[in-house]
Amino acid sequence: MNMELSRRGFLKLAGTGVAATSLGAMGFGEAEAAEIAHVRPFKLTTTTETRNTCPYCSVACGIIMYSKGDLRKGETADIVHIEGDADHPTNRGTLCPKGAALKDFVKSPTRLQYPMHRKPGSDKFERISWEDAFDRIARLMKDDRDANFVATNAAGVPVNRWTTVGLLAASATTNETAWATFKFAKALGMVGFDNQARV
Amino acid sequence: MTNSWTDIKNTDLVVVMGGNAAEAHPCGFKWVTEAKANRGARLIVVDPRYTRTASVSDLYAPIRQGTDIAFLNGVMRYCIDNDKVQWEYVKAFTNASYLVKDGFGYKDGLFTGYDAEKRDYDRSTWDYVIGDDGFVVTDPTLQNPRCVWNLLKEHLAPYTPDMVERICGTPKDKFLKVAGMISECSSPTKTMTSMYALGWTQHSKGSQNIRGMAMLQLILGNIGVRGGGMNALRGHSNIQGLTDLGLMSHLLTGYLTMPTEKEVDFATYMSTRQFKPLRPGQTSYWQNYKKFMVSFQKAMWGDAARADNDWAFNYLSKLDVPSYDVLRVFELMYDGKVNGYICQGFNPLLAFPNRAKNTKALSNLKWLVTLDPLDTETSRFWENHGDFNPVDTASIQTEVFQLPTTCFAEDDGSLTNSGRWLQWHWAGGTPPGEAKHDTYTIAQLFLRLRDLYRKEGGAFPDPIVNLSWEYADPNNPTPEELAKEINGRALSDLTDPADPTKVLVAAGKQVTNFSQLRDDGSTMCGCWIYSGNFNEQGNNMARRDNHDPDDTGAYLGWTFAWPLNRRTLYNRASADLQGKPWDPSRKLLEWDGSKWTGYDVPDIAPTAKPDEVGPFIMNQEGTARLFARGLMRDGPFPAHMEPFESPVANVFNPKMRGNPVARVFETDVAQLGTSDEFPYAGTSYRLTEHFHFWTKHNRVNSALQPEFFVEISEELAKEKNIDNGGWVRVWSKRGEVKAKAMVTKRIRPLTCDGKTVHIVGVPLHWGFTGSAKKGFGPNSLAAFVGDANIETPESKAFLVNIEPSTAPKDRGASA
Ligand code: SF4
Ligand code: SF4
Repeated sequence: MNMELSRRGFLKLAGTGVAATSLGAMGFGEAEAAEIAHVRPFKLTTTTETRNTCPYCSVACGIIMYSKGDLRKGETADIVHIEGDADHPTNRGTLCPKGAALKDFVKSPTRLQYPMHRKPGSDKFERISWEDAFDRIARLMKDDRDANFVATNAAGVPVNRWTTVGLLAASATTNETAWATFKFAKALGMVGFDNQARV
Repeated sequence: MTNSWTDIKNTDLVVVMGGNAAEAHPCGFKWVTEAKANRGARLIVVDPRYTRTASVSDLYAPIRQGTDIAFLNGVMRYCIDNDKVQWEYVKAFTNASYLVKDGFGYKDGLFTGYDAEKRDYDRSTWDYVIGDDGFVVTDPTLQNPRCVWNLLKEHLAPYTPDMVERICGTPKDKFLKVAGMISECSSPTKTMTSMYALGWTQHSKGSQNIRGMAMLQLILGNIGVRGGGMNALRGHSNIQGLTDLGLMSHLLTGYLTMPTEKEVDFATYMSTRQFKPLRPGQTSYWQNYKKFMVSFQKAMWGDAARADNDWAFNYLSKLDVPSYDVLRVFELMYDGKVNGYICQGFNPLLAFPNRAKNTKALSNLKWLVTLDPLDTETSRFWENHGDFNPVDTASIQTEVFQLPTTCFAEDDGSLTNSGRWLQWHWAGGTPPGEAKHDTYTIAQLFLRLRDLYRKEGGAFPDPIVNLSWEYADPNNPTPEELAKEINGRALSDLTDPADPTKVLVAAGKQVTNFSQLRDDGSTMCGCWIYSGNFNEQGNNMARRDNHDPDDTGAYLGWTFAWPLNRRTLYNRASADLQGKPWDPSRKLLEWDGSKWTGYDVPDIAPTAKPDEVGPFIMNQEGTARLFARGLMRDGPFPAHMEPFESPVANVFNPKMRGNPVARVFETDVAQLGTSDEFPYAGTSYRLTEHFHFWTKHNRVNSALQPEFFVEISEELAKEKNIDNGGWVRVWSKRGEVKAKAMVTKRIRPLTCDGKTVHIVGVPLHWGFTGSAKKGFGPNSLAAFVGDANIETPESKAFLVNIEPSTAPKDRGASA
């Protein structure tokens, strides 16, 4: 049974198919028109497909993300569906209960939208602009580094250790983000620099 | 993984021990199912809990958590006693025949050279006998009592099936069945794969657990072959990548290492990294270390790294301790010695052991910055959530910045999977609100700091103001630009050493791969092992050709695997000394008389003769080590050690607690519990419906597994009057959790050293933010002590007590 006939069968069962019941008499064309008039368009037909991989475990299953709008055309893109990539050699289209719900991760109610700031002793977060946040953090880092940087050890050997500020890197960022983070942390002399691999 | 997910289909026997792939890595586990369905492969699961992986196994054996070494040593002993050894492989490809120095020995649970004061070994005797020619002395007949093989046999002798049962609680008949099935894989035409995860790493001797299985795999001849290998199933999507790229306190990129204070200059640093071959004619690939290191320094500091300033060697920090790992940093923080902390996509409040200590440590910070797509507990550690985060908010003086980032769906770039495939992905969605890419945020902080140092000067500005930051838009480095830096390029024309008129790589062009890197400053490369990822052919990580000639599972045209697009590490070991595949039906490589050909990129020089050059080219020996010399802090052979918190004493040395050389901080010693007060063996694990603390933010997964629970046996429930679904309190020396009890047949009491041991299972996915009900995690209970070699916390084995209880207050989800 091909797709069209099965859909017609469905229409008939659903009791909406006047056209379908007289299929032979009226011909396919009109039946098709009647069907289109009744059925909502398939929701993925107008979407953009993008290849990605599941960000959870290290199986790294291939996924296809469907969005309304195309980032590559400079449009705003809203992801409406995510499914397994059938061409991916590892998962061949399958996803586990985590990967199958990825769209709802992207759309989590607790996804963060704005930079927030908590003052010492405060019981709430308040909005802060990106620029103010960057300026303030950079100043805090600079002042601490200048005050606490260990340039040499007792023997006069340059050791360049900044032990009073640390950084934990993320295990789901890309290699490219990781490399930028690495350069930043190691250039500053941050020795307390680690990632989830240890944990 | 030495092999890949898709290679698992080639195996005859899967051993899942120290992991639970069916639940934690479901779509990878399907390759086990493929092997079972199409090859008749069998599956063995050894685990304290009858997991879903166990439910589809051919044989399940229970084991007490933290006793894997005794089990594995027992299996090795069984194989050797029953002559189930791949002899040709062992003799040619391992150090079995190497002679060991006279002083070396083992007694009462300890190797030679133990210093109880320092909690360290003097490892000078843990080494080979070196002959006058500078090479290791060997006895290919394996007769000499001081050869590695005979020392190994002696070391394994106590691990009889009875001893395994006594320590592990595994019934002897079950153990013998497991050992029997495993031993069959010593045949050159049968292979076994080991799939493990944090069930092996999260122990104070985690590295030795893995070593035990690696040695067993060598004895069986299963490393480097299709369907074989040591397959670490990494927990996160890019934990492999972050480790490869050296985002760790003691590492630089590509497993180059940070200098220590003793390495006062570049020459001294290099002097301990010469890697002279220990046997004649061997490759010892690390002899190229200097090329990778100089190219790395050039990638970091460009023209500021020159021959006349030691390639800016002094820009690097020099360590005074083995590492400033997360446990050390949180200890320092707890002590008030850390002022600021940046958490990028990481939730330490729930991830590190001893939650109460973490809360106190974070409260000591002057400031905390979090970069995350989600509203993490760490970013709200100061917020009172009743029983779930009972803090005094007003007294916490930490300034907190919660910065929103994009997630995977909104950025381009590569992630490295467990099988070392660097898979590029593409953004498909617009970030929510004002969320930014991490690269943008890092660039903003860097550029501001660089400006401040340029304007104001300050402490050693050189490595900051000279950091190479050559991006078209310095505010926003693109993933492609960063990937190209990682690959590396020629800084001046690279000419053929044999013919200086011939330019191999023109200045400014990407190198093809790391074989073109030089130690004279004419090349730069961010991470040598990744080189080849983005060369003049383009972005090889974006390749999506899923053809697989002869269905080997290699997929050489799919993305890029490090190193050099190689899919199976040590693959030269898949063939014998004549270069013929051990198993012709599972050919990987073959020597055609002049070069190696086959389905994979050879892990050896393509023209290296099979009877001359050993397959383990990253080792100075050219062979694999059954005896690890002094390379591991806790012993050249794996020896049984109990967890720091154990229900029974170490049978070899009842006075010995945990790993005798693991670092324990003073404050934590006082917080270790004993089995009198805490009689039950606690452990932690994941559930298939959740990923760490992320998916509880997702309504679908929160609905699938809404609520925290602990898992106990029917026997323990009866003993303690606990009802299935009733509330319990579980507590350790460090903290407590309240949970619903799941009374199950999946966990059974074990008998160890004559004592009944009950196990309490604690899954890890709950906290106080997100869409699921509020809950706790195992880190409220686990001890703050790490593995002796790598400091992974002992989150899989700790002691608890349990009693019926009432519900915690205010369990409702926050979103
Ligand atoms: S879909 Fe499941 S198995 Fe696949 S990568 Fe995601 S978490 Fe892992
Ligand atoms: S319920 Fe699950 S197995 Fe059944 S059709 Fe749907 S996705 Fe497939």
